[in-house]
Amino acid sequence: MLRYIAKRIFLMVPTLLGVAVLTFFMLRVVPGDIVEIKLRGDGGTVTQEVIERERERLGLNKPVVVQFGDWMKGLVTLDFGTSMWTGRAVIDEIGVRIGLTLQVAVMAAVISVLIALPLGTISALFRDTWIDYGVRIVTIAGLAVPSFWLGMLMIMGLLTFFAWSPPVTYTPFTEDPIANMSQLIWPALAVGYRYSAVVARMVRSSIIEVMKEDYIRTARAKGVYERLVVGRHAMRNALLPAITVVGLEFAFLIGGLVVTEQVFNLNGIGRLFVEAVGRNDFIIVQTLVLLIAVMFTVVNLVIDLLYGVLDPRIRYA
Amino acid sequence: MESATVLEPTPIAASDTAPLISVEGLRVEFSTGRGVVKAVDGVDWSVQPGETMALVGESGCGKSVSALAVMRLLAKPAGRVAGGRILFEGRDLLTLSEEEMRERRGRDISMIFQEPMTSLNPILTIGLQIMEPLKIHLGMSEEQARARATELLGLVGIPDAERRLGQYPHQFSGGMRQRVMIAIGLACNPKLIIADEPTTALDVTIQAQILELMKELSRRLGITLVIITHNLGIVARYADRVAVMYAGRVVEEGPADRVFGAPRHPYTIGLMRSVPRLDRPRDAKLATIEGLPPNLLAPPSGCRFAARCPFRIDQCAIDPPYHDAGDGQRSACHRAEELAQGLAEATASPPAVTATSAATEILVDVRGLTKHFEVRGRGLMGAKGVVRAVQDVSFQIERGRTLGLVGESGCGKTTIGRTILRLEEATGGEVRFAGEDLVTASRSRMKELRTKIQVIFQDPYSSLNPRMTIGDIIAEPLVFRRGVARKEARERVAELLVQSGLYADFAERYPHQLSGGQRQRVGIARALAMDPSFIVCDEPVSALDVSIQGQIINLLDELQERLGLTYLFIAHDLAVVRHISHRIVVMYLGRVMEMADRDELYRAPLHPYTQALLDAAPVPDPALERARTPRALTGELPSPLSPPPGCVFHTRCPLATEECRRVVPEVREVRPGHFAACIKI
Repeated sequence: MLRYIAKRIFLMVPTLLGVAVLTFFMLRVVPGDIVEIKLRGDGGTVTQEVIERERERLGLNKPVVVQFGDWMKGLVTLDFGTSMWTGRAVIDEIGVRIGLTLQVAVMAAVISVLIALPLGTISALFRDTWIDYGVRIVTIAGLAVPSFWLGMLMIMGLLTFFAWSPPVTYTPFTEDPIANMSQLIWPALAVGYRYSAVVARMVRSSIIEVMKEDYIRTARAKGVYERLVVGRHAMRNALLPAITVVGLEFAFLIGGLVVTEQVFNLNGIGRLFVEAVGRNDFIIVQTLVLLIAVMFTVVNLVIDLLYGVLDPRIRYA
Repeated sequence: MESATVLEPTPIAASDTAPLISVEGLRVEFSTGRGVVKAVDGVDWSVQPGETMALVGESGCGKSVSALAVMRLLAKPAGRVAGGRILFEGRDLLTLSEEEMRERRGRDISMIFQEPMTSLNPILTIGLQIMEPLKIHLGMSEEQARARATELLGLVGIPDAERRLGQYPHQFSGGMRQRVMIAIGLACNPKLIIADEPTTALDVTIQAQILELMKELSRRLGITLVIITHNLGIVARYADRVAVMYAGRVVEEGPADRVFGAPRHPYTIGLMRSVPRLDRPRDAKLATIEGLPPNLLAPPSGCRFAARCPFRIDQCAIDPPYHDAGDGQRSACHRAEELAQGLAEATASPPAVTATSAATEILVDVRGLTKHFEVRGRGLMGAKGVVRAVQDVSFQIERGRTLGLVGESGCGKTTIGRTILRLEEATGGEVRFAGEDLVTASRSRMKELRTKIQVIFQDPYSSLNPRMTIGDIIAEPLVFRRGVARKEARERVAELLVQSGLYADFAERYPHQLSGGQRQRVGIARALAMDPSFIVCDEPVSALDVSIQGQIINLLDELQERLGLTYLFIAHDLAVVRHISHRIVVMYLGRVMEMADRDELYRAPLHPYTQALLDAAPVPDPALERARTPRALTGELPSPLSPPPGCVFHTRCPLATEECRRVVPEVREVRPGHFAACIKI
């Protein structure tokens, strides 16, 4: 098992290297220059000489291949470089924001599973009845309504009906859990609704499939209580495809919450991402893309390991 | 009735005791997109306590549906019982509440299903699945249930029960899984077990083991058994009573000896004739029942079998009532009496044996063919294992002749077919087709040769593209390989369809509009499109009903005669290949066990494996079946991944000695033209 995990982690290296090469060179092809934007952005007049000096300071005058080499060298020694815009270490820029983003993502994932499992199962068991139609309307709405808009509705609703708005400044969970939760629960709910809609639809279709299986008929023929037929025989088998969706959606949330973060005034990874792209802050963008790629591969590994736990036919060695 | 005498020292006539279960006037309907299908339309049958009853009929006749109705497990919401009663110990099961019914399922009535591979939950342990009904129905504690489960596994012949309880279904073979299903069925000592085609998915030798086990246990424990099957041989060996179903109705019912001895319905007669039999001399043509069962969306009025019946008279337009023949035998035919006395003779008599021309030229010459598959061991860079799917196999097929290739699953028969077609690359040996080695032929040369070598696949349901019309499917090779113009191709398609026993207007239809037998005819027409000289028939009839099997085999026979085709006919059943083959090769775990001309092989089989295969196949004659002691092979089929050393068959061979474990027997000519691989003969 440990050998298998080690092997999988080892195999991530070529994948991530590919991501690194692609993003690095694609960013260099995109028009726009951080130095020009930084120094001339507000219509200021700066001499060419100053710009050249600034480029040299940032290492942008070196050949692209050398720049890439420098970046790679840094990565291997865990030195991710410094932001070209703020001059702060990339690791710090991401570090202050990743906690918040991860927390929202985890909360959204928990909310979505809590909603999706019962909803999807009920919908499948009462297939083509008004219960099913009701659930399907709710889930389709979840897919159709943008999270940020739902977030805006939530804030407005809280203000109108309770004359209360969530705190605007971020407090880490460790400092004040209540203040932290009362701020982050709303974006988590807004995102979690959409998330749960995706998962619930998956749970519904996979339960419908599983309920047609021969072993469900066998269980019924044994005189097993219907709730056990569903809970023990059907649900566990139906979870496998649902887990994949939960995992991939989770990985997407890291960096995918741009607008929602804006609405709730959260300083998260998504926001950093957009700002960095706007400023052509290559080094931040590169590192973020790589971070998200790492998230996807790690989540995939976790999904595969969970499969092994749930399905005895799958064994890794 | 044997079972009755075993159970009751003083035999009582069956009609004196109250039946354990009786189905009266049962009607089951399914709503489909195209209307209501009356799958079961007024069916009556009953079983006495301790009896074994067989429900027989072709697929779609309603036999499984009526059993599922007894369990009240019809697929919801499409299926529903539209009328009738199901009396179990005097109570109508149809009037019970869902909870009362649940209490009886698995407790009083158990059901064993057809597919052992999918009928067990893959992610729960065998132990949990056996213990579940014990805890639910008998309120056993974990320890009590575990002890009983261990006992049950021992009862159904699974060794090392303690350890196996903790294992999952994928760690069991098909035969073992069916034993587990039987253990689950027996768990709460039910009064009735319904077995729905319990052995259809299993290999011949394993099938015999499972049936013997079920019969033995039901006798010993006094359990009433309802076996649903299409195999008349099974009925003859195991059933006391038989109910023959056709198109949603019971057409004949009675004690097995009476029904087999003096059938009183033309459908029963037809079914019995169409079973290829090993105990009778071979006719040139298999008897068949022409035509297809009626569409139950709109069943014909009058006798439903009339359209296919060779004994049809004008009166058949009226629904025939049951004619009681005494001794609990009854049949729904106007001419039942005449049939029983043999007065009504069908006009069409089986055609005379045609002499096959002496063949001399060898068309296909397989020498030392070997195919190994590398399977990856565990993990990405794990050690590789080798499956020796085919090991040093040699045989010749003469032009215009048929070679039957027989063996159980994993014996390599299909791999040989695929290797000859170059769908797999051979590991060693050569395949000479008209003198040319196919193994080393270049890609482009192979492309040309493929027009001469065609294939007919096993599953007519999945081997035809559902989105293409029949015409397009058959014309595809003509248009794309031969560049035949569309219009010309259409004419050729019509010709091929007629040649294959279909109508020219089938070209416009889609595969799902055809029955299994018709689809297989399409498969044949497609194979013939390129004017091949050699056709690999990979289990072409295994998925078809008995009466349809005969039609397809006869068609292949006719085509061979007319077009001078050469066949490699792959099958898992010695009875089927007998009718079409000139020479037969018996394989086991990748090796040739025996090879001989057909008549020689069936008359004097040499190899113990061939003898076991011949023995395992039940014959549709109750008297014969009960007289002979079945010699079911013991043990499991070993995994092809780690075949036994020495003779691969030694683990199951009754003759095996120490020497057989060491020496790999050579295929040698024991008699002229009769080869066998065994050191004991």
